[in-house]
Amino acid sequence: MSVWGEARMVAAKDLRIELRSRVALAQILPFGLIVILLFAFALDPDRGLLPRVAPGLFWVAVLLAALLALGRSFSIEQQWNARDGLRIAGLDGGAIFLGKAAAIATELFVLEVVLGAGVVLLYDVSVHGLGILLLSAVAATIGLAATGTLYGVLAAGLRLRETLLPLLLLPVVAPVMLGATRAFEDGLQGSPGDAWPWIALLAIFAVLYTAIGVLAFGSLWEEA
Amino acid sequence: MPLVVKLRSVVCLLGRFPALAGIDLDVAPGELVLLSGPNGAGKTTVLRLIAGLVPPRSGHAEVFGHDLYEDRISARRRLALVGHETFCYDELTVRENLRFIARAADVSGDVRRVVDDVVATTGLGEVAGVLHARLSAGQRRRLALGAALVRDPELYLLDEPHAGLDADGRAVLNNVLAGARSRGRTIVMASHELELAREIASREVRIEAGMASEVPQQQPVTEAIR
Repeated sequence: MSVWGEARMVAAKDLRIELRSRVALAQILPFGLIVILLFAFALDPDRGLLPRVAPGLFWVAVLLAALLALGRSFSIEQQWNARDGLRIAGLDGGAIFLGKAAAIATELFVLEVVLGAGVVLLYDVSVHGLGILLLSAVAATIGLAATGTLYGVLAAGLRLRETLLPLLLLPVVAPVMLGATRAFEDGLQGSPGDAWPWIALLAIFAVLYTAIGVLAFGSLWEEA
Repeated sequence: MPLVVKLRSVVCLLGRFPALAGIDLDVAPGELVLLSGPNGAGKTTVLRLIAGLVPPRSGHAEVFGHDLYEDRISARRRLALVGHETFCYDELTVRENLRFIARAADVSGDVRRVVDDVVATTGLGEVAGVLHARLSAGQRRRLALGAALVRDPELYLLDEPHAGLDADGRAVLNNVLAGARSRGRTIVMASHELELAREIASREVRIEAGMASEVPQQQPVTEAIR
């Protein structure tokens, strides 16, 4: 089977497990909504502030929810030692990386649509430049999923993985948070031209970490 | 004929603890080798070493001619490990788990038919559509066996395969092992059920304190333990 075929198989397996377990739908998604809601409560006295800071709050909520999705993606491999089953099957490490990252990206896209609707409703945000928003969301999501999958496997074999993963990941994804927030601000303010450098930053980050992941994941998976 | 497994003075560490302290083991094609020995002697580590899941620290380790320092992945594609855990996913059914393993291992032919055959052979027909999370311990043991059988590799590594199986389950296991041997497969099995295992083993190797020693074939099991 080709690397793409193996990656598709791993992604389909992860998504099927998430659909069955409903962890993403019943826990991660509500968690993201609660974060959005809490920001709204915290900043309510100054309603004018919420639309201005909405892009940053949106991406912070996505990032916090992504941490849960990443932890979940690797915990399903620990149960019944399924990770060893994948290793013995001889699946390509790059394919496992692409499959897991694709499944996480898919979950994050769904999350972003729901959280985006929540932000529009709760923060009184007017949506402009939908194309720019979509493009930056795609690039940022791929970057988050690729980086998270790479750091997720680094932490997977450690006893303190739940607390270590955020500590490792949050500083690394700072460029994604910055780029996505700025691109969203420019998109929402109706100045899409200003967003392109940020989208370029997000795209470079996504490509770079996807390439590193494809090359390095296999060795890390072996040692995890 | 080249050996399936060739270990020479292999040392394995689990953390700082030497789980294997310079073990020698040869397994020829078609053999069923029984690994006996007390708890904590290193039987599971030997199986995991051969499966390429535990790296050797020193010594020479080859499986199907592949050096375990250099190329564990090529060796793994030709073997299956039935361990204490099923390597399956709670949220997938028995059939879905087997299908996933078959596809991951790139099993040739009609995967659905292969899976159906394995489900029938392991007696999991009634629970084929049941989630792994809802299986009993015995059914999980059968599924673990099925997960190996679905790939039908050249080398089966079995870690306490009799544990948790009822009489029917043991009959299934014996059928599976007999079938595998008739197809010329090699089997390395760690077991405490010595009487059952000795009936089918071609030879016995005792593992103790991380070292291996051949048990003479005529020697009664109880004497070998002493």
